Amino acid sequence: MAPKLTRHLLLAAAVALTATPALGQALEDKLVIVTSFSKDLTVPFQQAFEKKHPGTKVEVQNRNSAAAIAFIRETRSSPPDLFWASSPDAFEVLKKNSLLQKYQSKAQGVAAKVGSYPINDPDGFYTGFAASGYGIMYNTRYTRANNLPAPKEWDDLKKPIYFGHVGFSAPSRSGTSHLTVETILQGEGWDKGWATLLEIGGNFQQVSDRSFGVPDAVNSGQYGVGIVIDFFGLSAKASGFPVEFVYPTVTAIVPANVGIIANAKNQKAAVAFVEFLLSEEGQQILLDPKIQRLPVRASTYEKAPAGYPNPFKNTQLGARVNFNADTSEGRYELVNSLFDRLVTFRLKELNAAWKAIHDTEKKLGTGANAAAKKMLAEARKLATSVPITDKEASDTAIAGSFQEVKKGQKVAGRQAEFEEKWDSFAVKNYAEAKSLAEKAASAK
Amino acid sequence: MADIAVARGPTRTPFLARYNASAAQALALVAVALFLLAFMVVPLIRVIMVAFADPGGGFSLVHFGDFFRTSLLREAFWNSIYVAAMTVVVASLIAVPLATILARFRFRGAALIHTLGVVPLVMPPFVGAVAMQLIYGRNGAINLLLMDWFGFRIPFMEGLNGVIFVEALHYFPFILLNLSASLSNIDSAMEESAQNLGARGFTLFSRIVFPLALPGYVAGAALVFVKVFDDLATPLLLNVNAMLAPQAYLKITTVGLADPMGYVISVIMIGCSLGAMALSALVLRGRDFATSQRGGGGLSRRRLGKWGTAGAAAFVTLALAISLSPHIGIFLLSLATVWSFAVLPDAYTMAHYVTIYREAGPLIGNTILYCGLAGLIDVVLGATLAYVVLRTRLPGRKLVEQVAMAAVAIPGLVLGIGLLRTYYDVKLPFSGESLATFWFMLVIAYAIRRLPYALSAATAAIQQLHISLEEAAENLGARKLSVLSRIVVPLMTGGLLAGFVTSFATAAVELSATLLLVARAPDAPLSYGIYVYMQSAAGRGPGAALGVVAVVVVAIATYIAFKIAERERGLKSRELF
Repeated sequence: MAPKLTRHLLLAAAVALTATPALGQALEDKLVIVTSFSKDLTVPFQQAFEKKHPGTKVEVQNRNSAAAIAFIRETRSSPPDLFWASSPDAFEVLKKNSLLQKYQSKAQGVAAKVGSYPINDPDGFYTGFAASGYGIMYNTRYTRANNLPAPKEWDDLKKPIYFGHVGFSAPSRSGTSHLTVETILQGEGWDKGWATLLEIGGNFQQVSDRSFGVPDAVNSGQYGVGIVIDFFGLSAKASGFPVEFVYPTVTAIVPANVGIIANAKNQKAAVAFVEFLLSEEGQQILLDPKIQRLPVRASTYEKAPAGYPNPFKNTQLGARVNFNADTSEGRYELVNSLFDRLVTFRLKELNAAWKAIHDTEKKLGTGANAAAKKMLAEARKLATSVPITDKEASDTAIAGSFQEVKKGQKVAGRQAEFEEKWDSFAVKNYAEAKSLAEKAASAK
Repeated sequence: MADIAVARGPTRTPFLARYNASAAQALALVAVALFLLAFMVVPLIRVIMVAFADPGGGFSLVHFGDFFRTSLLREAFWNSIYVAAMTVVVASLIAVPLATILARFRFRGAALIHTLGVVPLVMPPFVGAVAMQLIYGRNGAINLLLMDWFGFRIPFMEGLNGVIFVEALHYFPFILLNLSASLSNIDSAMEESAQNLGARGFTLFSRIVFPLALPGYVAGAALVFVKVFDDLATPLLLNVNAMLAPQAYLKITTVGLADPMGYVISVIMIGCSLGAMALSALVLRGRDFATSQRGGGGLSRRRLGKWGTAGAAAFVTLALAISLSPHIGIFLLSLATVWSFAVLPDAYTMAHYVTIYREAGPLIGNTILYCGLAGLIDVVLGATLAYVVLRTRLPGRKLVEQVAMAAVAIPGLVLGIGLLRTYYDVKLPFSGESLATFWFMLVIAYAIRRLPYALSAATAAIQQLHISLEEAAENLGARKLSVLSRIVVPLMTGGLLAGFVTSFATAAVELSATLLLVARAPDAPLSYGIYVYMQSAAGRGPGAALGVVAVVVVAIATYIAFKIAERERGLKSRELF
């Protein structure tokens, strides 16, 4: 990958256009792709590719990430050719199980980083072909009916006015959600990051078990505000739903990837498809209003309609945080499990604690006495603390308890043991926070 | 065993005679057992083995200890039991009156009402969830109206009570179908004798009619219990995590998770389901429900008075209106341009039907083919197994029955992975295609997971069938086979039909195994098509349109089945009178 950026991009793109057809020999007559992308994205690419390579028929198998991974694992004796999806975690699992093969794209003019996020697998097993930014999507009918101001920043979502109006998908269920959580943890630091997450979490109406559950609910007006990837918001708006989408000042960038499956039967066609995704022609398809993903070629943005987000120009998109992929990978499963214990599975308790804190703060206003202030501060502390430190989370023995154990590897315990500890930590803290906040309210 | 081949008709080998069985019956049991072994037990064990493995790979029950040491899972366990039990109560409140009204009173369009009573079972994936939210959700049509008019909401879809509400609407047809089948088997002579002795009204119903129909009711209620206990879709729809099925699902489908707890929960769920079925068998044990006179066509039908008609009609209308409201929602969604935070869609369009027009044909064809075959397999296997279990004392028959019933608790994804793991490398003779991704494997997966429905229905039907009828026929010289085809099967029609309809209807919207086993778009059934659309905002309309198609397909198939049964029943009655 050429790390030379911006200025050389235009020239490089021109070279790439002439370079791609040099693949030579005819492709196989079939290409089998497993994908978790929606039809809106797969069909235009499929059609354009088949038009370009008339002899090759593209078979698209739509499966969610879990089914896709299971399918690829169980069919390894004669697998499909490509895996095409967003979640980097799914690609990581396939890579760890030796189910992907290395491929280095020949395309020139493709950026290696979008914002400060490396979009390709450093080991070369999968390639980012598009990026997306995280942001806030809201239903305008809903916000009007509930007199909610339009949210702009992550911190807005902490405000009491949004109590019960916000939705998010669990990081354990959505690789892109996970990246958002990890970005907050890396950007603000472990303790402060969790405090932010738990305070926003106090306002959650729901933690969805799938990424698309959030835009789906906002589109229906089930709740008003969702933390989503940009194209969910932008494409819903393009489909006519009364929704808006904003990027907060600091946002995470998440890639969408493609990887060639180990022992793919239709090697040449698979390679051609990867190259097609990265070509100028393929990148332009991303601008389709029903797709709306961010191209990884800076030059493609020249063809984009006005107002199309451009991470190569707009530095707020993913630039502020220096994302450390190693830290992220080492504690991946642990962070997911911790979020589920503290937020997903104890949402009612978390809600109740924050409701009590909000109510008391509102009631006392600035006129709280010292005792009440102290109790409130203590309640806030209880509702924002985590049972495990930054250092422990990166400890391989502890983090290893959440991963597949290799023979002879020392681990600190079983996942279930940690989870039970964290769960009781959360239940106890939230209950105490609630009762403290309530006590503070009457401590006039 | 050498003389098995000569054992025909009532003659029996001494070996088999001890078990009161013929060679054909023994063979049938072995065949069913082999089918279950090959397509359920082996694949299942290959997947859930990890639940019994310690980190080093040896056998261990430590994970089961962890299950009971985890407070969230203990909570989930009791929540699941509570929800399942309460759903049986609520579903009975809808289904028992409905079944009684339909069986007792002369109604125009009874087949239509029966059909509409099955439709709630057909909840297309994702589409059904969106429609439910748009109608009963926090900001659904009903709550928006309530907020406007009275300033409050009813939390239909929140917490455990929400789950009970939705599950009851969804699964009451199990009770309705099985109870209706049982009621239609009651001999009217029983009722007449009771009436002659002075029993009337509620006494007649509670002392005579309902007890005689108990096998059907218990079969339906037990199915509702285990189905709800194991149901995943509804808790996910309502975002209630603290139940066993979603806990297992969230673990099993989390990408890259090594924790075996998901499989541990699955094993525990299978155990609980078996326990519940055994308990339901205990309720019926030691009682005899069989009546030997047949052919009366069920309870004597009466015409209702003016008030009675109005009351019955009002109840039927109300029950159907509530239970079909999600489907009305799906229908509106399929015609809506945009439906967001509003009582009704903004505007209406046919565009979504135009979008799906071209691909709908093959999807419909595949759904009818797969689910029809799966339903048939289930009826054949279910009836065979039920017959062998109730009419012979062959060793191992109870075990086979329990294995078949356990299928109700197997998550679709787990079965799908197991089938792929076991059969992917088995190639078909001519095409060289893998057996696991051959379309017939979907039929098998559907059949396995829905076998409990047909088995329960068939068991209930045979429990009401007096053995003296068969013995009489045999004494008159009829061979076993003709006894089966001329006496047993015709008298079980209602139960078999109930089994077929439930299997077919629920298979038509199965997604989790489908998503794993479909390898080529041309092989895909409707549920897959719906899934593909429901992944984007723009696909909601077309997805709903396919959902409507699925509901209509099931409704038509069910209607035809009921019409056939009605005619059969009519023919039988005429022969007698």
